Amino acid sequence: MKRVFTGVLGAMALAALATTALAETKLTIATVNNGDMIRMQGLTDDFTKANPDIKLEWVTLEENVLREKVTTDIAAKGGQFDVLTIGTYEVPIWGKKGWLLPLTMVDDPADLLPAIAGGLTVDGKLMAAPFYGESSMVMYRKDLMDKAGMKMPDAPTWKDIREAADKMTDKANEVYGVCLRGKAGWGENMAFLTAMSNSFGARWFDENWKPQFDQPEWKDTLNFYLDLMKADGPPGASSNGFNENLALFNAGKCGMWIDATVAASFVTGKDSKVADKVGFALAPDNGLGKRGNWLWAWSLAIPAGSQKEEAAQKFVGWATSKHYTELVASKEGWANVPPGTRTSLYANPEYAKVPFAKMTLDSINAADPSKPTVKPVPYVGVQFVAIPEFAGLATTTGQIFSAALAGDKTADQALAEAQDAATREMTKSGYIK
Amino acid sequence: MATQQTRALGRLAVAPSVIALFMWMIVPLAMTIYFSFLRYSLLDPNYACSVLHPGQLFDEANRCLAGFSNYKYFLTDPAFFRAMGNSLKLVGWVLAISVVGGTLLALLLDQAFYGRGIVRIMMIAPFLVMPTVSALVWKNMMMNPVSGFLAYLFKLVGLQPIDWFAHYPLTAIVIMVAWQWVPFATLILLTSLQSLDEEQKEAAEMDGTPPLSYFWYIVLPHLLRPMTVVILIETIFLLNVFAEVYVTGTGGTAGNLPFLVYQYGLIANDIGGASAGGIIAVILANIVAFFLMRMIGKNLEA
Repeated sequence: MKRVFTGVLGAMALAALATTALAETKLTIATVNNGDMIRMQGLTDDFTKANPDIKLEWVTLEENVLREKVTTDIAAKGGQFDVLTIGTYEVPIWGKKGWLLPLTMVDDPADLLPAIAGGLTVDGKLMAAPFYGESSMVMYRKDLMDKAGMKMPDAPTWKDIREAADKMTDKANEVYGVCLRGKAGWGENMAFLTAMSNSFGARWFDENWKPQFDQPEWKDTLNFYLDLMKADGPPGASSNGFNENLALFNAGKCGMWIDATVAASFVTGKDSKVADKVGFALAPDNGLGKRGNWLWAWSLAIPAGSQKEEAAQKFVGWATSKHYTELVASKEGWANVPPGTRTSLYANPEYAKVPFAKMTLDSINAADPSKPTVKPVPYVGVQFVAIPEFAGLATTTGQIFSAALAGDKTADQALAEAQDAATREMTKSGYIK
Repeated sequence: MATQQTRALGRLAVAPSVIALFMWMIVPLAMTIYFSFLRYSLLDPNYACSVLHPGQLFDEANRCLAGFSNYKYFLTDPAFFRAMGNSLKLVGWVLAISVVGGTLLALLLDQAFYGRGIVRIMMIAPFLVMPTVSALVWKNMMMNPVSGFLAYLFKLVGLQPIDWFAHYPLTAIVIMVAWQWVPFATLILLTSLQSLDEEQKEAAEMDGTPPLSYFWYIVLPHLLRPMTVVILIETIFLLNVFAEVYVTGTGGTAGNLPFLVYQYGLIANDIGGASAGGIIAVILANIVAFFLMRMIGKNLEA
């Protein structure tokens, strides 16, 4: 009898032990529905095998929805998510407010590209680990350039782009010289236009936060953009964002496309009709010392006050490690590894064979978020201004410029409206006294 | 005596649900009003407060009193006038289309013809489709200027396809919303047509009333009350149209008041401004309802 009793006790103790060992930590990860992120979800076995006590739950959302959810959650201290996917715009603002935990388990932080890591560091501490980084560059059709008897320089000027676009345009056959973003949104047309305006010497604000849309540099930028799109752009350009232009380019309807460097792996991938005819060049400039390319990194961060910090640190470390890069390379090939985050990736001779590797690295290195413009500015950020008011303000100006592209407004009207909107917002939030 | 007692008892018995309903209504409203007088930005509450109202921060989220400034900025926003105009145009057009279209369809469906049951069910279907889904279908499969069905029809007859969302965004939204609400009007008006007195019909037939006079003097007066119901119910819902604007990305041009409030709240993260916008929208809706009731409410009294 007694033996049975001891046996039962022992079994219970074992069971108790087993439950503690299996006590799972469930990490809820908010992420964006981009190709690289979806790919990661298919490869998490590698992580859960090494950490059987951690269970991963994914909340995958479209970019704008993700941003709304994550922002409301973190601002209201909702604690819905344990790991957040956020961009270069959020990290400095949220890090400064103490909403993010410094990362401790990032694999070889010294290996991260300085331009990318710089945008994710607050007070010397890495607040988010880059999952992939991107800049923007010119993707063009080599065959159409040959047909036009032209050659694309590695570092073109806006004049080169205009000339090439004019020559390649063949509207009767639905070939448009250049496809650019026109869809309203601070992460859509305003990302492109702000980066473009930098190369025209324009800036959002002067040193006293006075909006600069009434200055000649912005007028030049907008006029050039509108003229170019009117002459050589596709119809309905004012509703084209990244995905719409990608579809057009892949269908062979664009001569050139200036957009994110991550698009390079798509336009040379299996969904593209023109995969073997694509060349790459740096984003254009106007000889003023700044190019029209941006800098962005989708990064993983941990909200302050997380109850599951250790597991979250482990996961962020794994997802942004060199080991993960190799894992993707072994399963899906080098062209599909998340680009733009590590120096070692670009030193790897295997990766150097990828056609767009060098141009991506050069583009990223050509962007300087701490000194984005020709004239001095009080803000950081290349295609955005890292202040909380920017998202709302640039959404409004994006709508105004998109309407100008649709032909509802002239460039002058659009700029005057943008100047009004910016002045109102900056006065309201106390930047202009 | 007993009646007074039972009345008191009755009041006591319904009190919990009345109080619950009242709280249900008043708490969110009161909070919205409270927020509308605060500087309350989700992202950075400190800056504006510490610069404009130094020493007046009053809680852990560093909010501070804003007085009427949220209202001032919302009401002077050029986007506000555009949004209000869009809201009114949207309500007006969809009402007109659904009442006229609904009446015609109801008359048609009231006739006896083969397969009437199935046609009636199919008529109602659009009303049951979720607005987000219908907006996606219209955007990508019907109105897309390259691959949409309408573009295909245009090309078929050799015309340049219309880029709806770039050039006629509000018209596009009106079409989508009307597509959803015409069936609702049809349903209500059809039910009412079926309750039209058979004897009256026969009498009119025997007198040889011409069809138009029959419609004008017998059918239309009979339909006036259900039409009033349709107009009132639709107005309430049409003032709140959001999914169609959001999904088609036409907020910049065809954005109505709900979209503007959304833009203030969730894109600019300005809770104070969005709350002020919400209160203004409520006031405007009440004004619209007031005039609407006065104009057509007489029909309901009879």
